[in-house]
Amino acid sequence: MNATSDTSPMGANRIVPSAPASSAGAESRISARDVTVHYGEKQAIFGVSMDVPEKSVTAFIGPSGCGKSTFLRCFNRMNDTIEGCRVGGEITIDGEDIHDPALDVVELRARVGMVFQKPNPFPKSIYDNIAYGPRIHGLVKSKAETDALVESSLKKAGLWKEVSDRLDQPGTGLSGGQQQRLCIARTIATGPEVILMDEPCSALDPIATSIVEDLIHELREQYTIIIVTHSMQQAARVSQKTAFFHLGKLIEYGETEQIFVNPKEKQTEAYITGRIG
Amino acid sequence: MTSVLIAALALILMGVAYQQGVSRSRALSGASRLHSRPQYHGAFLALWATVPLLLVLLIWVVTSGMIQDWYIARQLPADILPGTTDYASAASRLRNIASGFGVAGEVAAWETEAGEGLARFMTILRLSIVALGALVGIACLLVMRARLSPRLRARNHVETVIKTVLIFCSVVAILTTIGIVLSLVTETIRFFTYVSPVDFFFGTVWNPGYSTTSNEASGSYGMLPLLVGTIMISAIAMLVALPVGLMSAIWLTQYASPRLRNVIKPVIEVLAGIPTIVYGFFALVTVGPALAGFGEMIGLDINATSALTAGIVMGIMIIPFISSLSDDIIRQVPRAMRDGSLGLGATKSETIRMVIVPAALPGIVGAILLAVSRAIGETMIVVLAAGNAPILRFDPTEPVSTFTVTIVTALTGDADFASPQSLVAFALGLTLFVITLMLNIGALAIVRKYREQYE
Repeated sequence: MNATSDTSPMGANRIVPSAPASSAGAESRISARDVTVHYGEKQAIFGVSMDVPEKSVTAFIGPSGCGKSTFLRCFNRMNDTIEGCRVGGEITIDGEDIHDPALDVVELRARVGMVFQKPNPFPKSIYDNIAYGPRIHGLVKSKAETDALVESSLKKAGLWKEVSDRLDQPGTGLSGGQQQRLCIARTIATGPEVILMDEPCSALDPIATSIVEDLIHELREQYTIIIVTHSMQQAARVSQKTAFFHLGKLIEYGETEQIFVNPKEKQTEAYITGRIG
Repeated sequence: MTSVLIAALALILMGVAYQQGVSRSRALSGASRLHSRPQYHGAFLALWATVPLLLVLLIWVVTSGMIQDWYIARQLPADILPGTTDYASAASRLRNIASGFGVAGEVAAWETEAGEGLARFMTILRLSIVALGALVGIACLLVMRARLSPRLRARNHVETVIKTVLIFCSVVAILTTIGIVLSLVTETIRFFTYVSPVDFFFGTVWNPGYSTTSNEASGSYGMLPLLVGTIMISAIAMLVALPVGLMSAIWLTQYASPRLRNVIKPVIEVLAGIPTIVYGFFALVTVGPALAGFGEMIGLDINATSALTAGIVMGIMIIPFISSLSDDIIRQVPRAMRDGSLGLGATKSETIRMVIVPAALPGIVGAILLAVSRAIGETMIVVLAAGNAPILRFDPTEPVSTFTVTIVTALTGDADFASPQSLVAFALGLTLFVITLMLNIGALAIVRKYREQYE
């Protein structure tokens, strides 16, 4: 408890991301400066600052209630939908302030997609689940275009082979792991640059989890991914950078290997070795 | 006086028995472990003491009339023969003297004497019955107290009694329903001995001849004009209630702040608490003339009492029904569904239109069906505002009549109760019952299916 929150993160996040930018897609650079979140009177996030590298996986870890999910939801302003929630500080994506009144939150969420803790397919067909986002954003003009986008999204999510013959069946009829990949495909279909994942495997069995983790590996080529996880093994397996949160503060942020092998902060070490949380 | 005495007696007996059961079983628990806790032994004894008492009183309630008749028969002079009207009036005079109610005309000396004798006899009898009941109760208490033992399954016995009481209560509701349906069915069958079912169900003219003396069916009893009137008014009501109710539910669940919601929702629900007769004269006095005036303005001939007037006011009555049912159903759509859609960049209204309402649709359909069945059965508004003109026509600006209105007029007239003019009310009632029953079954099936989806 004696470590201060603002020494290590600043020190760590100054490191220029080591992952080389891939050739495809626009570069997106996310940075948060002094972000605070209040739920009514209660403060949940205390002045967190960090830079997230593009085309890589960044994991947020920490004990339950440490604010990692709350912080994640700042990046696509999902906290706006919660009554009495206030976000302070500054978050920029490609230099654009996401709280700028001129910026349309709808557009932001198309650029920053989100996958939730529990698979939440709409009670519609598999096809309509995928086509939902592209349709509301006017990304597709014709049936043929929609078909193509649905197919490519499902292929990217590794679900095409399993569902190609039953696209008209309800998405709620799939297994948990398939539902979660459907939700990932749904997010991909709107053409985001960033994908936020809020404990995407916590409701899945080990086999489904490993399939989703493999998928995250592949998606890293094209998307910037931020994943909240309560499983340290998962963070170690899928991420390049890891941030450790505790009681609403960012305690340590750095290369995943460094965090797990050689943590600088005592609290991080205590959490990783299982003494807190 | 006697009822207070009986209640006090039963309570005392119950209390004493309970106390006995508890203390006796506590004493027993020293020897070996009790099967049931002492409270159950207490309840067991309390039941054994009070139920016999109540049974004795029940028998008295059933038989007291017969005993009274038997006593009166012995008091009346031999020249008044049983079964004649003289006999019945003399007996009732005696009863009225005995109860202190008083009688008209001169009271003969023998009447006074016999009446007072009757009163004395009944009082003594009543008190002795109470005493008998108390004795039976105490006897049962003593016998069962002696049978208390650690192994006695008092808990199971008490639970059985509780279960029996619960079953009895639900059976009362079921039997009442069955009884009502049976009486409807028998009267309907009687009606169909006068008028053929084909003429009733498919006839297009409603014109029962009101000849009070004849039991013959004079006139025509085609229910189609009433059916069309009922459907027309219900349809207009739904056209008013559905958009307003549904949209207010959407606003309440998705847009309103919790503080505003806590104010608005009860206010909307107050609408449901207004008696329908008040809606009725609101329709008659305010809405009807206003509609007629409006029609004049735009060159339409709208009657002040018409299907339109009744339909609109009934729609207003149903708004809270639809809005609060839909509100509950929309609230049941998981938040994850909403977040999923918002997270994809959908706007609030897109989310409502394309995700929340479709997800809640089966439940909303159920709510609509329930509302329709209420609209069809609604009486007071249409009695006052629909104009009661049982003529087959499809113009909502003209007066119409409905099933409910016709039932009211059929039964409130001075027609002989056994005449087809009155009996037709039962046939109409049964038809109405079948229609609303089917709507309700359909609605419940849909609502249930919807519930399973998210559990």
